[in-house]
Amino acid sequence: MRDKYKRIPIPVRYLINALLCAAFLVIVQSFISGGSISRYQSGILVQIGVYIIMAVSLNIATGYLGQLPLGHAGFMSIGGYSCAIFMMRLADKMGVETADLLIPGLIFGGCVTALFGLIIGIPALRLKGDYLAIVTLGFAEIIRVFMLNIDSLLGFKFTGGAGGLTGIPRYSNFLNVFISVILVCFFVHTMMKSRHGRAILAIRDNEIAAEASGVNISYYKTLAFVISAFFAGIGGGLYAGSIGVMDPTKFGFMESIEILVMVVLGGMGSMLGSISAATVITVVNQVLTSLSEYRMVIYALLLIVVMMFRPKGLFGTYDFSLSHVMERLFNRDFPKRKSKGARK
Amino acid sequence: MNGTRLVDFPSHSKIPERDIGVRPILEVNGLGIDFGGLTAVEDFTLTIGRTEIAGLIGPNGAGKTTIFNLLTKVYQPTRGAILLDGKDTANMTTVQVCHAGIARTFQNIRLFQDMSVMDNVLVGMHQSIKGSLASAMLRLPVYWKEEKRARQEALELLSIFHMQDMAGAQAGSLPYGAQRRLEIVRALATHPKILLLDEPAAGMNPSETGELMENIREINRRFGIAIMLIEHDMSLVMGICEGIAVLNYGRIIAKGTPKEIQRNPEVIEAYLGKGRGD
Ligand SMILES: Nc1ncnc2c1ncn2[C@@H]1O[C@H](COP(=O)(O)OP(=O)(O)OP(=O)(O)O)[C@@H](O)[C@H]1O
Ligand SMILES: [Mg+2]
Repeated sequence: MRDKYKRIPIPVRYLINALLCAAFLVIVQSFISGGSISRYQSGILVQIGVYIIMAVSLNIATGYLGQLPLGHAGFMSIGGYSCAIFMMRLADKMGVETADLLIPGLIFGGCVTALFGLIIGIPALRLKGDYLAIVTLGFAEIIRVFMLNIDSLLGFKFTGGAGGLTGIPRYSNFLNVFISVILVCFFVHTMMKSRHGRAILAIRDNEIAAEASGVNISYYKTLAFVISAFFAGIGGGLYAGSIGVMDPTKFGFMESIEILVMVVLGGMGSMLGSISAATVITVVNQVLTSLSEYRMVIYALLLIVVMMFRPKGLFGTYDFSLSHVMERLFNRDFPKRKSKGARK
Repeated sequence: MNGTRLVDFPSHSKIPERDIGVRPILEVNGLGIDFGGLTAVEDFTLTIGRTEIAGLIGPNGAGKTTIFNLLTKVYQPTRGAILLDGKDTANMTTVQVCHAGIARTFQNIRLFQDMSVMDNVLVGMHQSIKGSLASAMLRLPVYWKEEKRARQEALELLSIFHMQDMAGAQAGSLPYGAQRRLEIVRALATHPKILLLDEPAAGMNPSETGELMENIREINRRFGIAIMLIEHDMSLVMGICEGIAVLNYGRIIAKGTPKEIQRNPEVIEAYLGKGRGD
């Protein structure tokens, strides 16, 4: 683009962001090793990372694609179980540490989850209207019941049934969780800033016009949904390794709603919004465990307040770009990027 | 351009003399659609030359938009055949028809409101941009190369309407006239062989309409594509269309040059007579 403003060249932007991420990882990790961040606190950090991945992945389907899936916890559950079982069994067979298999384990968990996303996405996304909400709601419930009862059907221990899958080595830690967070955010960002991401956004804005512009609607709806499921599976895999137990009752409707609240509160279609809201809500949940019975009441009130004053979420569809902020410092009359959704 | 001579095209239509050696871009034969008991379009037969600017006019509810929806497969025709550049589109979907070369705008504007002007145009170029999802996610060289090329082309297309400086603006925030023009640019971005414009001048003032006429001529000349437009503004239709078809109650009641149409008593009766005022 011809441009009268001083721009930061793209390789430099990528370098700045990479350095900042690396610095964040190194500094926090050194605090953890040095003991200034306690085990309890780093445990909370890990949960934050897991829920950032859950919110960012759900945001693909809700914020970017404009659908309303209500079964994200079901995907989290599939990812958690498949990743943990895969890692534990394979580690046994190969005689290696479970944690060494983290990368193949997460990829396996993501792929299994993506497969389920594909199976329910293909029929559900073809229908117009809110069928996806109903289908995913039912799906997550089926998964929960399945995980509870599959052992008695199989006749041997597989998911651990109502007692949960226990004895999962705690392979998740601050470093590997936040490296995953950075990678997931990077890949979601690069997808959205490409012709594929634009196709997904176009479908959200106007399906008929997207089709008339040559965008294959069912393909991109399914793609977005499957990728959302894939990353949710990775989030689930990291969750399993952070708690050490997979309890099937955890992944019910309320968990799906909780993740949805993060996305809606942050602003549908804003990655920064999903990250911030996931952080705040996770911290509140962890710190105020005594309030857990009132959680849903608090969410409901929060949502009502946000919808009244900022109907598109705290950040609208605004996304933070450090380079833009810096460019604005270099160029005094640089056009301000407006937060599209947020109302004045 | 208004003095174009139309010559008989085998069987059922007339096309501009300059297009006679090449295959017509659109040959529609006996097209019809019923909505329940209502026949919205019946026996629509028309041929459009390779580089023709054609007009489709008729009173409100005549079935003009329905014809566009049939050509772009938003509706499946009940009867008849559409040949696009010689290919039968019977089994094609909207997306396939778009890839085969029909682009359109909408009577009630359908932009991607929350996306930027640039992104709207880039969505139009979706099919012509190369690169898999993986290449985009990993930011491989093919992504950068294609993205750069596409943005360059998008700016060139926007510059037809002097809109290149609005590239970063949000599409939904543009004034009405600019939104209509952006829709045309987005349609052009699909590299069509024929461009269907549904009331492109609606809501524009006379000077904007005058500019639009120039723009449509320029697009027609520069890209060598056919244009078919629906319009109620007679100055525009009579000013730039070479061949005009008049629709009433879903049927064609007249075809011909602007002069012939203006003289046709049936047309005057059905349409112009009522609307003399505008
Ligand atoms: N999906 C549909 N279902 C039922 N009837 C329809 C449908 N689409 C169009 N029609 C009917 O077909 C007729 C033609 O409508 P159309 O929109 O094509 O008219 P038009 O010539 O574009 O009119 P205008 O100048 O007002 O835009 C109308 O009577 C309309 O009610
Ligand atoms: Mg119409």
